Amino acid sequence: MNFELTKTQQLFKQMIREFAEKEVKPLAAEVDEQERFPMETVQKMAKLGIFGIPIPKQYGGAGGDQIMYTIAVEELSRCCATTGVIVSAHTSLCCAPILEHGTEEQKMKYLPKLASGEWIGAFGLTEPNAGTDASAQQTTAVLDGDEYVLNGSKIFITNAGYADVYVVATMTDKSLGNKGITTFIVEKGTPGFSIGKKEQKMGIRGSATCELIFENCRIPKENLLGRIGGGFKVAMKTLDGGRIGIASQALGIAQGAMDETVKYTKERKQFGKSISQFQNTAFQMAELETKVQAARLLVRSAAFKEDKGMPFSADAAMAKLFAAQTAMEVTTKAVQFHGGYGYTREYPVERMMRDAKITEIYEGTSEVQRMVISAKLFK
Amino acid sequence: MNIVVCIKQVPDTTEVKINPVTGTLIRDGVPSIINPDDKGGLEVALQLKDKYGAHVTVITMGLPQADAVLREAFAMGVDKAILLTDRKLGGADTLATSNALAGALRTMDVDLIITGRQAIDGDTAQVGPQIAEHLGLPQVSYVVGLDVKDGKYIVKKETEEGYQMLEVEGKCVLTTLASAFKPRYMTVAGIVDAYDREVEIWGADKIDVDASKIGKAGSPTNVYKSFTKELKPAGEKFEVEPEEAVELIVAKLKEKHII
Repeated sequence: MNFELTKTQQLFKQMIREFAEKEVKPLAAEVDEQERFPMETVQKMAKLGIFGIPIPKQYGGAGGDQIMYTIAVEELSRCCATTGVIVSAHTSLCCAPILEHGTEEQKMKYLPKLASGEWIGAFGLTEPNAGTDASAQQTTAVLDGDEYVLNGSKIFITNAGYADVYVVATMTDKSLGNKGITTFIVEKGTPGFSIGKKEQKMGIRGSATCELIFENCRIPKENLLGRIGGGFKVAMKTLDGGRIGIASQALGIAQGAMDETVKYTKERKQFGKSISQFQNTAFQMAELETKVQAARLLVRSAAFKEDKGMPFSADAAMAKLFAAQTAMEVTTKAVQFHGGYGYTREYPVERMMRDAKITEIYEGTSEVQRMVISAKLFK
Repeated sequence: MNIVVCIKQVPDTTEVKINPVTGTLIRDGVPSIINPDDKGGLEVALQLKDKYGAHVTVITMGLPQADAVLREAFAMGVDKAILLTDRKLGGADTLATSNALAGALRTMDVDLIITGRQAIDGDTAQVGPQIAEHLGLPQVSYVVGLDVKDGKYIVKKETEEGYQMLEVEGKCVLTTLASAFKPRYMTVAGIVDAYDREVEIWGADKIDVDASKIGKAGSPTNVYKSFTKELKPAGEKFEVEPEEAVELIVAKLKEKHII
């Protein structure tokens, strides 16, 4: 058992920390304020290979591991949670299912461009009436000759509009319930496929979150991802990996808020001394630091198991549940420690608190994580 | 074009604190980095690689842990890395260091040698120019711009008054400023491969230099005393017209018997 990062992982952390500090952090407040997708950052990340970290070299990726990927999302989110989720959704929700369930032709067609960041990826599962109950899919796909015809809509889709490739869940046989769900790869610009309303959100405001609309959208039958009726498994497996990504995002937000608060409480003087010297501050910060470190161990343990090919579904759920709770707690207390200033946009903790909330909701709410964890416990 | 860049592993002095009792640097837990001016040199070498397909070798003299900066250089895109490490090279001052590096460079097929202007731990700015002297090569220090045209290096040099544009023909030594060349980030693929690549380990027997010129024996510099700089008071400040200022300055200098 080894709790140290490998030399390669350490070198990677050094690079991504420097990149995040210099290129991502200066834009974070503006991206939030203007609800602007940070395209210039996306292009810089693409150049460095950040969109293909765990993708094998034969498909144009860097051939890194899941631990490196979690470090990337953590460090980016430490400075800007919007940037973190762009990478997370792309990698875990689009590249990963194509890598895992795609045919060799699909992998060769999509992965090199996704890994290089020339194409951005997204994933469409949630619908107005199919949230936690993903089996209630209403988007349909019907085979017509050599094509599938898609009809329906998806909501709250991360990277929508900016993404070039979408992995989309549909119902191919309603009578079969979960077993009637099938996933497809849909490319941007396919006739009948359009992007709908953009959500105005509490946090991660630079991330594009939109509706996907399919109106007699015809896609070649080769775009079937996995097998007919195998979509529910594809989606659940995808979300297992995605949860490690979102747990890393939550961890990064928490760490960012910790760092800001340590700095502020050392500088801020009241009653003649730094507020960090008051035991109330110090002890609360000690509690929070312990939770952040525990969250990091859960995240890395889940990623380690994924790297080793071990089952990691419950581990990912625990990592996400705990990291999201920790992010919410740390950021809320960070605002409190900053006092009146913390409630203003002059300091980043206000944004971090708004950003943290989504980590308890998307890619499976905290309630869903408890379902996954307890299901394993009582199986 | 074969370029060799000499780099040094240094403590990140932005994070170094001084022990107030002993007056020495507290190096414990301080991260080691590529010296910033050297990293600038690495960047400009890699730009020449991007533009003209130059082959870039990086060399460092130091302890075995200096391997880390060579891995970083690999991840930035260099082709070859050499670690010059030997007990015989230990205790070297700038002269012995430049002799050792020149000894290594004599054995290599090289067209252009780049070093940083100076290292943030010693701040001497001596090693680069000394290498040029040992090898009998032309040198340009304080380089802030570099290109190649008609087989000549077009070099922009920073001076106290401004800039000089120089042409250098043939093999030469350039010392670069960090402020002029923003180093590229390591790429993810470069990082993944960095520890799988081979760093060549060279000992003192591998280089072409007189044994008396390296290590402690080859180092005429002795540290007499290190001390923390004393803070001076802010001094007097006058805001007056130039004519009046001249009289004032002369009066003050006379008062202190300087003139």
